[in-house]
Amino acid sequence: MYTLKTGKFPLLEANPNLVYLDNASTTQKPDSVIRAITEYYQTSNANVHRSVYRLAEASTRAFEDARSRVARFIGAFSSKEIVFTRGTTEALNLIAHSMVRTFLDPGDVIIVTQMDHHSNIVPFWLAAQERGYHLRFWPINPNGELDLEDLESLWSDRVKIVALPHVSNVLGTVNPVSSIASFVHDRGAFLVLDAAQSAGHGPFDVSQLGCDVAAFSGHKMYGPMGIGVLWAKEEILRALVPFQGGGEMIDTVTETSVTFNDPPYRFEAGTPNVEGAVGLAAAMDFLDSIDRKRIFAEEEELARYGVRILSSIPDLTLYGKAAERAPLFTFNLEGVHSHDLAQFLDSRYIAVRSGHHCAQPLLRRLGASTAVRASLGIYNTKKDIDRLALALEEARRYFR
Amino acid sequence: MNELDTLYQELILEHYKHPRNREPLEGDFITHENPSCGDSLRLKIEWEGSDRIKRIVFDGHGCAISIASASIMTELLSGETVQNAERICTKAIAFLRGESKASTDAGDSSDSRHSGDPVDLGDLQALAGVRLFPLRVKCATLAWHGIEKELKAQGEVDRP
Ligand SMILES: Cc1ncc(COP(=O)(O)O)c(C=O)c1O
Repeated sequence: MYTLKTGKFPLLEANPNLVYLDNASTTQKPDSVIRAITEYYQTSNANVHRSVYRLAEASTRAFEDARSRVARFIGAFSSKEIVFTRGTTEALNLIAHSMVRTFLDPGDVIIVTQMDHHSNIVPFWLAAQERGYHLRFWPINPNGELDLEDLESLWSDRVKIVALPHVSNVLGTVNPVSSIASFVHDRGAFLVLDAAQSAGHGPFDVSQLGCDVAAFSGHKMYGPMGIGVLWAKEEILRALVPFQGGGEMIDTVTETSVTFNDPPYRFEAGTPNVEGAVGLAAAMDFLDSIDRKRIFAEEEELARYGVRILSSIPDLTLYGKAAERAPLFTFNLEGVHSHDLAQFLDSRYIAVRSGHHCAQPLLRRLGASTAVRASLGIYNTKKDIDRLALALEEARRYFR
Repeated sequence: MNELDTLYQELILEHYKHPRNREPLEGDFITHENPSCGDSLRLKIEWEGSDRIKRIVFDGHGCAISIASASIMTELLSGETVQNAERICTKAIAFLRGESKASTDAGDSSDSRHSGDPVDLGDLQALAGVRLFPLRVKCATLAWHGIEKELKAQGEVDRP
């Protein structure tokens, strides 16, 4: 199912019949990533930043090299802007926690979008509940896009943070981040970007995007689970109060006072996921070895093809008609519940996700309680979309 | 039979396409849900005297498994006494979870406590396939947990 362009994915090689279309949930791992993790444990394992022996130095070096690799990959100004987290979710919780405590006053407004994943809604919701901010939802237009006019009509001078996804994990919409960033910055607010669905799918450069904060997960970009990144401009990180407390994030601790370490360490309490950071760096090497511009071009082509093929299936509702979109398709087949459809597709070796995709406000807006999502990755081809389409026709007959 | 057909037996698809006792329920009913799946059911018990269920009506939406199971539930429990209905529920849930093998098993303790007739799970036996699909068990048990709750709640207030 994948071509030579992509290198080896052991799991896919072991399952040649599998059409894996759940890449928005998590991607499969190339052997270079798996090898990097094994090698780390075989050659360099020790705790980081704690000891002077050579092995500890090797481990610390591996971890800090990974940090520099991430900085280069996303166009950060320096590796001090890279905070390792467990994933997008933890990065967004960190930023919601620390940003509001640093920059917001009760009565201030935080804007999230109707197309956000719960992990970009709930942390801000919690902060708003606890500390008396207002949470507002930027609605989507009928095509599943965000219009700046709608943001304008929500605006007041109490708006301090706007948070949005770069790519919607349900609609596939690619949001015009840099024009949104200008709008938000002109009015003196921060822009937080949930890049979970974009960081591994083509060129991704935070300085070009113009956001203030970005969050993403390693496991959605061919890296391991349990590692993610919070990027923020250095002056923001310097200002932020800590999130979790523990080892590594402090400077000095006495019985009466605690002072904190500089960023990024201030936000990395406890022993970090070194294996994860090393694996993520390997995933970034892998993506760059293919050329991210080419990945983007191929995914655009797959997105166009997928929309065309799926739109031609009778009784199928495809959600989202954004002009700029990722190869990620969420749909329902009339008269067939999404779980039954996903189960049927599984019997044809097609792995898709069904459910509410951690985006209940969006699903409600779309008038669906659940839906099926097929999301493509680097190893998928037009043939996989054809197989999906064929199986959908079969499913229609099976359940009707 | 392939695995898929074991799950979606003809009888199950038939209940799904033509559910029994499904009618629009307007007004004040509890919604029983599997939020992660979006399955959602409302149930109404029509009584005959104070101790016998005349009929159960359901409304809502969900996957084939949850709708078929709800349809079968309304058929199995209509006409039963509350005590019997509760026994059938216990049996049905254990069966769907794969905790009891055949629906006519006698040997388990819940049965010997009530010295009633052996429970016949009827069409529900066609849902035995869910045991191969652990993620779908909660679809199959939704209607049963729902009616169990309603019976318990209504036992605590005076029935008409
Ligand atoms: C848009 C978006 N944001 C956030 C997340 C959460 O990512 P993670 O579960 O890796 O923290 C996801 C993944 O499901 C996502 O698609």
